[in-house]
Amino acid sequence: MHQFTVDAARSLPGPRWLAERRSAAAERFAAAAPPTTAAEEWRYSAIADLDLASYRPANGAATAAAPDRPGAGSDVIGIDGAPVTAVVDVVDGRVAAVDGIDRLSAAGAYVGPLTEAAGAEGLLGSVSDGASDYFTVLNDAFAPAPLVVDVPDGAILDGVIVVRHHAREAGAASFPRLVVRVGRAAQATVLDVQHSGGPALVVPVVELDVGPAGRLGYLNLQQHDPRAWQIAAHTARVERDASLVAASVALGGGYARTRADTRLVGRGAGGDLLSVYFGAGDQILDFRTYQDHAAPDTTSNLLYKGAVGDSARSVYTGLIRVRPDARGTNAFQTNRNLKLSDDAWAESVPNLEIENNDVRCSHASAVGPVDPDQVFYLESRGVPTPVAERLIVAGFFDEVIDALPVRSITDGVRRALSVKLNQMLSQAA
Amino acid sequence: MSTLVIEGLRASVAGREILTGVDLEVAAGEVHAVMGPNGSGKSTLAHVIAGRHGYDVLGGSVRLDGTELLGMPAWRRAEAGLFLAMQYPTEVPGVSLLDMLTESACTAEGAAVAERMREEAERIGFDEKFLARPVNVDLSGGERKRNEALQLGVLKPVFAVVDELDSGLDVDALRFVGDRIEDATEHDGLGVLAITHSSRVFDHLRPDAVHVFAGGRIQESGGAELAEELEAEGYERWTPALPEPEAAPFTDPFGDPFADLLT
Repeated sequence: MHQFTVDAARSLPGPRWLAERRSAAAERFAAAAPPTTAAEEWRYSAIADLDLASYRPANGAATAAAPDRPGAGSDVIGIDGAPVTAVVDVVDGRVAAVDGIDRLSAAGAYVGPLTEAAGAEGLLGSVSDGASDYFTVLNDAFAPAPLVVDVPDGAILDGVIVVRHHAREAGAASFPRLVVRVGRAAQATVLDVQHSGGPALVVPVVELDVGPAGRLGYLNLQQHDPRAWQIAAHTARVERDASLVAASVALGGGYARTRADTRLVGRGAGGDLLSVYFGAGDQILDFRTYQDHAAPDTTSNLLYKGAVGDSARSVYTGLIRVRPDARGTNAFQTNRNLKLSDDAWAESVPNLEIENNDVRCSHASAVGPVDPDQVFYLESRGVPTPVAERLIVAGFFDEVIDALPVRSITDGVRRALSVKLNQMLSQAA
Repeated sequence: MSTLVIEGLRASVAGREILTGVDLEVAAGEVHAVMGPNGSGKSTLAHVIAGRHGYDVLGGSVRLDGTELLGMPAWRRAEAGLFLAMQYPTEVPGVSLLDMLTESACTAEGAAVAERMREEAERIGFDEKFLARPVNVDLSGGERKRNEALQLGVLKPVFAVVDELDSGLDVDALRFVGDRIEDATEHDGLGVLAITHSSRVFDHLRPDAVHVFAGGRIQESGGAELAEELEAEGYERWTPALPEPEAAPFTDPFGDPFADLLT
């Protein structure tokens, strides 16, 4: 029997409305059946291997004992020379430090515990409640200290807001919760790092709310320990004439899953949805995307590119839905995978569900090895075979890396990919 | 002086023998043209020499200055001094020309590569803006061929196999590229095996010898005059040497698609 009980959820601190929300969620969770691979959205997943009883809720002791900059693991990709508005360190779902409060308040923005934000009660769940599942409900019940990035109407934040999540308590489950609200005609860029240093279960929920004519760049950098599990949900709502660039760079985790829902709810809303992922060893990287067009003249453009080597696996399933009144929709979905070894395996399943005729939609998916003609071309110029493969794999990711919403991280991402690839190729040689 | 010696070279693709015994010797500074009709195996010869995947070598040898190339990975052959200028150079998305040439085992000096690329680009009229771009991506056929010549100039091979130099090239580009290779034969002693189906390329790359290639081997060798003869008479004289192709059953593309089900 696992420890994620109604009583355990009730014991968490917070105002009454939050306690009630947690209790209700814990009761729903207790009544819900765990997902199985029989459900389409869990097909090919490792969910059958999850033993919830082997984890306990993180108790927060690690946060209390944390130094000022606990999230700054040495292997975390840094940002080079970019202006930074704020840095928040979150340990096991609890805010440990916020740096940059002066700069934020100068812009009228707030980053910190959600319970201390104006209109807190209406913020939590305002986006994710539309896409709830077994694990978002678990997060609702056990998120100990939801964090909010609140950018008011008209505020333009030039610097990056960095949120570094660190799962510290070994063998524990943590429930980070991040709500980003960008007001009317406001602009912000958020770098959300997920990191762990050992075995852990991390169940993050991210809510992105982009108000009319707002602009949000969101980059999720996943660098979990290979022994850690992540089951994440990122849900975005994009309003009239607003634009979202939501990207993920997924490098770590034993089993790391991200469900990313993007709902375009206002006329002229747009979303660029990007991912780079690279699995080695026996990692499983799992992505489920949903592009939901609920308003006319909306645009979504998804490009997910991944590579798997050794005996790693990746799963991509995506759905584009165009609702009946979403005429003038442009929706694109592309998933390409490189399979770098015989034992590696990648699954790619695109889907379209279109209920309006006046739309332009396309989807493309591919799984294949490094193109032998490209390798030969480089070899015929004297480039040694492993170097040729490394250059081509790095080049394969280039178009996504160049489009990441945090420009200053691109060199770091390239280096991290190259280090991981070199390790894999040198072990194979 | 460098010499490429090919002896009794036989190779197959998917179990079908394409090269049936090629003998050829090219010395440094010489240009040898291999001319033949489409489907004669000329490009296969180029690929087998360079070590492309997908071919089974059945016998024979290819030696560059006494070093046996067959069995070496393609990049080792390049390191030994071989260059292949491709008929259809491959696009390599995300890999810049500079990175590729810097990583080549043929360029040891590192930092000098960028400078040499600029010199070569200017020499053959290759727009410098292409130097930082991914290899061959969004380049026209002619630009790709200039790119091949540029790389030849930077990598300084001792021997080049040039596959259908004039395909996709306009007159100006052919002049730049042909002159560049010709210059390397005169000043750097580059040996060239030029594979071509027409003599258009000889206006700029003058052959010292011409070999007629048909049925997977060299049928006749001679001087430049042989190219003129071929231009006038075609390959008909040598095509009987080809094994009779199995007659493909005639299918009328506009016919009844289910016709064969009825018979």
